[in-house]
Amino acid sequence: MSTTTDIQIERDEGNFHYDTTYEFDAGVGLNEATVDYISGIKGEDEWIREFRQKALKVFRDKPVPTHWASRDLDSIDYEKIRYYLSKGQRPSRSWDEVPDEIKQTFERLGIPEKERAFLAGVEAQFDSEASYSNMKDELRKEGVIFVGSTEGLMAHPEIFRKWFGKVIPIGDNKFSALNSAVFSGGSFIYIPPGVKLKQPLQAYFRINAENFGQFERTLIIADEGAEVTYMEGCTAPKFETSTLHSAVVELVALKNAKIQYITVQNWSDNVFNLVTKRGLAMEGAEVKWIDCNIGSRLTMKYPGVVMRGEGARGEVLSIALAHDGQHQDTGAKMVHAANNTTSNIIAKSISIGQGRSTYRGIVSMPRHLKGCKNNTECDALLINTNSRTDTYPAITVRGNQNTVQHEASVSKVSAEQIFYMMQRGLNEGQAMSLSVNGFVNDLIREFPMEYSVELKRLIDLEMEGSVG
Amino acid sequence: MSNDTLTVEAATIADADIFSQRQALSAHLPEWFRSLQQAHWARYLELPEPRRLDERWRFANLRRLQDIGRFSPTPFERPEADDLVERAQVVENCAGRLLFVDDNLAAAREMDPELEKQGVIFTTLGDALNRHGDLVKKYFMAETPDLGSEKYEALHVALLRSGVFLYVPDNVEVKRPFVVYNFTQRNGGAIFPHTLFVTGRNARATLVDYQAAASPDTEHLVIANAHIHTGDGAESHHRIIQNWNERTLSFQLNTNNAQRDSQAKSIIVNIGSAQARQEVHGKIFGSGSNVEMYSVNVPTGEQEFDQRTLQTHIAPNSRSDLLFKNALLDQTRTIFSGLIIVEENAQQTDAYQTNNNLMLSEEAESNSLPGLEIKANDVKCSHGATTGRIDESNMFYFLARGIPPAGARELLVFGFLEEIIQKFETPAMAEHVRSLLAAKFHL
Repeated sequence: MSTTTDIQIERDEGNFHYDTTYEFDAGVGLNEATVDYISGIKGEDEWIREFRQKALKVFRDKPVPTHWASRDLDSIDYEKIRYYLSKGQRPSRSWDEVPDEIKQTFERLGIPEKERAFLAGVEAQFDSEASYSNMKDELRKEGVIFVGSTEGLMAHPEIFRKWFGKVIPIGDNKFSALNSAVFSGGSFIYIPPGVKLKQPLQAYFRINAENFGQFERTLIIADEGAEVTYMEGCTAPKFETSTLHSAVVELVALKNAKIQYITVQNWSDNVFNLVTKRGLAMEGAEVKWIDCNIGSRLTMKYPGVVMRGEGARGEVLSIALAHDGQHQDTGAKMVHAANNTTSNIIAKSISIGQGRSTYRGIVSMPRHLKGCKNNTECDALLINTNSRTDTYPAITVRGNQNTVQHEASVSKVSAEQIFYMMQRGLNEGQAMSLSVNGFVNDLIREFPMEYSVELKRLIDLEMEGSVG
Repeated sequence: MSNDTLTVEAATIADADIFSQRQALSAHLPEWFRSLQQAHWARYLELPEPRRLDERWRFANLRRLQDIGRFSPTPFERPEADDLVERAQVVENCAGRLLFVDDNLAAAREMDPELEKQGVIFTTLGDALNRHGDLVKKYFMAETPDLGSEKYEALHVALLRSGVFLYVPDNVEVKRPFVVYNFTQRNGGAIFPHTLFVTGRNARATLVDYQAAASPDTEHLVIANAHIHTGDGAESHHRIIQNWNERTLSFQLNTNNAQRDSQAKSIIVNIGSAQARQEVHGKIFGSGSNVEMYSVNVPTGEQEFDQRTLQTHIAPNSRSDLLFKNALLDQTRTIFSGLIIVEENAQQTDAYQTNNNLMLSEEAESNSLPGLEIKANDVKCSHGATTGRIDESNMFYFLARGIPPAGARELLVFGFLEEIIQKFETPAMAEHVRSLLAAKFHL
């Protein structure tokens, strides 16, 4: 390759915002009154308010984890963030009821089209609250519940309260505590025993206001033998000041259930994306995270699976793309807590310009377990001479009945490949794009078709004009 | 080294005036060295103990580190150690030999007179400080592993009074190894062995650090340092056989510094210690160099081997290779935390890092943290970590041929360890290491 100048990433798709007047605004800064305000306008039960207040204390007590994480975390000013903004907290059930400005936003992003096309249910969150949610009638008849967090806790406590905050307790980390204090919106989903959703449920998250923190909370419970695929996408317009997204996602796969959770994260590059995601897999169950991180300023996200039942399976497939000024700090946590559990982690990252991608992982197999297996592969591709990648796995194995293998490699796009393709008439940018697509191809093939097509297109777009 | 005797019996590290007592006895050493010790003593007192949240101590057992104050730096005296002199015969026909017991020289220095004529220096650090002060000053503590044990490194420098200086001048090649024996003897003693190994341009040499205990029942603190400086086009081989007794808390804090077109190869064998903390930092300063870091570890009983490594590529177009193999028995713990750093300018780097753990007991625990930090794009870097057990199909193969389970297990385990052992170029050394490792198995 002759020269490798910085690659310019096309990121404008979501870069627009509308002036919106909010009916409910918790103001700037975080204290007990903010938490009470949020709980109050949602009309929550006392136990939820107490849960939030307790979480606020934990959040304040926990240090910022800069002893291992990026020092960039120190630049978040929690007193300048707005914690709750809403146009009205009841989601509209039909597209016509959605306020016009919000409709404009989602129409630009094609939400209703997608639903019409194939999705079983869709929920779109605009700042703090769901502004639109719908689910096909036949699913409702089968007993599938797909609601927002507060509605889930208030209307179906017998289902959701049992698991809420159990997979990811308040004190798991500083940001899960923050979310627990001010959470709003998100999806609470219950799939009854034996119900297998053929089509994915989708949620879409958008930050529209400046200095805003989005804290959605998602809990998905797949009862025995149930199967569900859930997809989420997210965007935000680019503001002068940075915004914060800190979600908590808990998955519970009961005996022989399967949950697949797909994220395409495309926040604008001034969003701090600090997300805690963990699934619990009971006997014979499977939890699979598919995680694509393309946007944000700093993402810290390590989807995990706790395999609590015999024969449970956990999987994380992850793609990260870090451009100038971006740090994709992603990874996976696999906790083997029962015999014959297996986990697989495949992480691929691409660093462009001065972008930095980091893989951080934990694989843990405690004593007295048998037949547990983990496979981890991390591959990093560096495009420019000053691109950066790091890998920090931690593997703890006790006893002699388990096997773990971890491999990581770092490479650049091979000059021979580029030369070969250019000989055949492609320009350097096209050749580069093809090479990068080849690098992630085996992983993208694992994705549902709609997503793999979209991702490939996104990568093409981002590699366009990348080299001079 | 001085043979003065300490008048105060068994002052410990925790005693307020331990440092001034020790310094009073080293008045014959150069002023720069004494003031460096003074500075390190202040640093030791100032630095905090490792804390649980410190990533560089992740998974480590910190309990034993909390009471190192009760150990006494060993007195200056001529040891009674005729039996140890007998034991210090692992390599016959070596180029030179130094033997220390509790940091005191226990036998006359041995060295091939031919080498002396060629300008090779192989002597105690104290002697070298007085006779080759400028040369020692250039390299002494010039590099540090910087992997978490700064407090213990400071204590080492402050209280050290024994050690080895090996200097091989430009274009001198020494085929036979230099061997340094360090024994612990006095119960409750703390020793601070220091190895400074410098090869000039196109020179070549091998140094073996052999560490053992006079008896199995005494308690010791060992804080050892080894710094290898390999000059342009030079080749250095450094080996450590760590066989302190199983009531020893040991530190081994090393740097391995490679200049242009050099070969710097090290092997560490871990057999002894209750808890062994080892830090090895390979620094690639010159292009075209090759740094190899190997280790083989067989912990038994309740031993903990805690190894932290760093391969820093500062110069372009160099290679580094690390392979650490652990076979864990009983209730043992191992920690391998390795990191490859490729700096912005270190293009065309080839860097590899592998940690293999063979779990031989239900109660053993291995922790593996293989890391990469890559800031240049035209590199080949990979790391791998595996943790597993003896392969059932291999076992079956042996059993089907009438080899009993214990024997089959031994063969398979030694097959696993042999990859490192065969890197010892001296057959006698390799054979000795095999016998030490074999003794660890209850076969």
